[in-house]
Amino acid sequence: MILEGKVWIFGDNIDTDAIIAARYLNTTDPEELAGHLMEDIKPDFPATVERGDILIAGYNFGCGSSREHAPLAIKGAGISCVIARSFARIFYRNAINIGLPILECDQDFSALVPGEDHLRVNLDEGRITHVNSGNTYEAVPFPPFMQEIIKRGGLTGYVSSRLAKD
Amino acid sequence: MDQQSSTNLGATMVEKILAKNSGRTKVIPGDLINARVDLALGNDITAPVAIKEFARFGLDRVFDRDKIVLVPDHFTPNKDIASAEQARELREFAQKYEIKHYFEVGRMGIEHALLPEQGLIKPGMVIIGADSHTCTYGALGAFSTGVGSTDLAAAMAIGEAWFKVPSTLRFEYNGSLPASVGGKDLILYTIGQIGVDGARYRAMEFAGSAVEELSMDGRMTMTNMAIEAGGKCGYIQPDETTFTYLQGRATGDYRTYYSDKDAGYEQIFKFEVNGLEPQVAFPPSPDNVRPVSEAAGIFIDQVVIGSCTNGRIEDLREAARVIKGRKVNPGVRLLVIPATQLIYRQALNEGLLATFVEAEAAVSTPTCGPCLGGHMGILARGEKALATTNRNFVGRMGHPESEVYLCGPAVAAASAVAGQIVHPEEVKP
Repeated sequence: MILEGKVWIFGDNIDTDAIIAARYLNTTDPEELAGHLMEDIKPDFPATVERGDILIAGYNFGCGSSREHAPLAIKGAGISCVIARSFARIFYRNAINIGLPILECDQDFSALVPGEDHLRVNLDEGRITHVNSGNTYEAVPFPPFMQEIIKRGGLTGYVSSRLAKD
Repeated sequence: MDQQSSTNLGATMVEKILAKNSGRTKVIPGDLINARVDLALGNDITAPVAIKEFARFGLDRVFDRDKIVLVPDHFTPNKDIASAEQARELREFAQKYEIKHYFEVGRMGIEHALLPEQGLIKPGMVIIGADSHTCTYGALGAFSTGVGSTDLAAAMAIGEAWFKVPSTLRFEYNGSLPASVGGKDLILYTIGQIGVDGARYRAMEFAGSAVEELSMDGRMTMTNMAIEAGGKCGYIQPDETTFTYLQGRATGDYRTYYSDKDAGYEQIFKFEVNGLEPQVAFPPSPDNVRPVSEAAGIFIDQVVIGSCTNGRIEDLREAARVIKGRKVNPGVRLLVIPATQLIYRQALNEGLLATFVEAEAAVSTPTCGPCLGGHMGILARGEKALATTNRNFVGRMGHPESEVYLCGPAVAAASAVAGQIVHPEEVKP
């Protein structure tokens, strides 16, 4: 799958409280959660972000609480892909499990202009292209087992297919 | 240091437990495995998402109704109508699928204090919980890790979860703990040394004379915050303290696992604790840690003593010892939250609650409440709190411009009396 979108840039150690504050965890609706995405660290973000945008972050993205509401809020906002230099482990598995495309790429994208620069992402090949310059970057490939989960649209699909076999 | 993952090396406790539950003779760091889950946990925030996913499987039963634990502890007693609906979803699911371990308000507690107390955790188990602080149970020699709601849904359906076998960092704490220094100070100090991603994807093995000296309560405080260093799990190998704790709680047999002498650790850290001061994590990150002397004089509006990190009976005893016969500073609101109903009763019988109430603290029924900025002690713009909780991220306890400092129970109690952050020795008679 190939995605293209304009970028939004966040720093290192973005915690899941920052992605979606606990006061909004009395709902499980992705669209409602999206209305408060990154609100405490970038108050205008829910109003600015558009479907198809790409979220870029530094090291240890999604650390802290296990709340799946964090990737759900990102998905609910229509963000097509998250690219980070590294992910905190629970966020990483949550994203895979709910079918939110993520790529780990140890590349400093902080010089890109938020809301203006565009990236093109080839998810299958793990290749990231800066649209204006044509520069390309390689992401860490997913092991086959995770590719299988991703192919099934997430863990629920993967488990369903296993249950169907039993 | 180089990662040692040769198959010729010995194995760590976690590698042995994961090998057992995935039906293999040996696993090495980096292996992707499916492992049998001995216990799966959810709460009133994470389980509703899991229940929604579970419904998509169209199953009329869970994999094992005795191996699922549901605890409404975060927004309970229900803080608003939406939270009440989520708590009801949990209750109705528990009734429908005859979940044995569902704990209702008035009988419950904060999950990570409750499960060990109720004897549900035993050495050698594989436990997942849709709550990041599930890593707490490693204090009893189990492999235990936080996951998301969809993982919980899958585990409730098939009794399995996927894992990447973590490499292990060993932390040795040598020497003897100074007065007013405990498990919280050791773990804060450690996070301060290695950073919030210093143990990312790794298992953290805690050992050494200072850890052996800790009670189970103190040990659980340490393993509880492994996640704050990015750890997949934290653990302490079982010893006499563990076995004494398990007596009269856990039923049935269990097997203990220990790291081999030649286990392949990714790195070994050695800390001397003899001169260690009580530690304080400054906002907005749990790795922004300094000795309490460097925090002296910071005025605070609220103090919270409680949470899955430090709401156990030993924590309350330590806080009560400091505060007995004194009053909370007029500029401070002190909230004391025993972590479970049993701890609440114990504190009542021991006179600790009387000490707190006479000191003019507010004592609450068990809840995660203020720790995550849920309810029961939300901060206004610009307010500062000192808390025995586990996170001090931006807006964690309320307004995005409020701040949270983290510490152990002795510093929290002393500072509540002083109205500013102080070393506990300073309020001694």
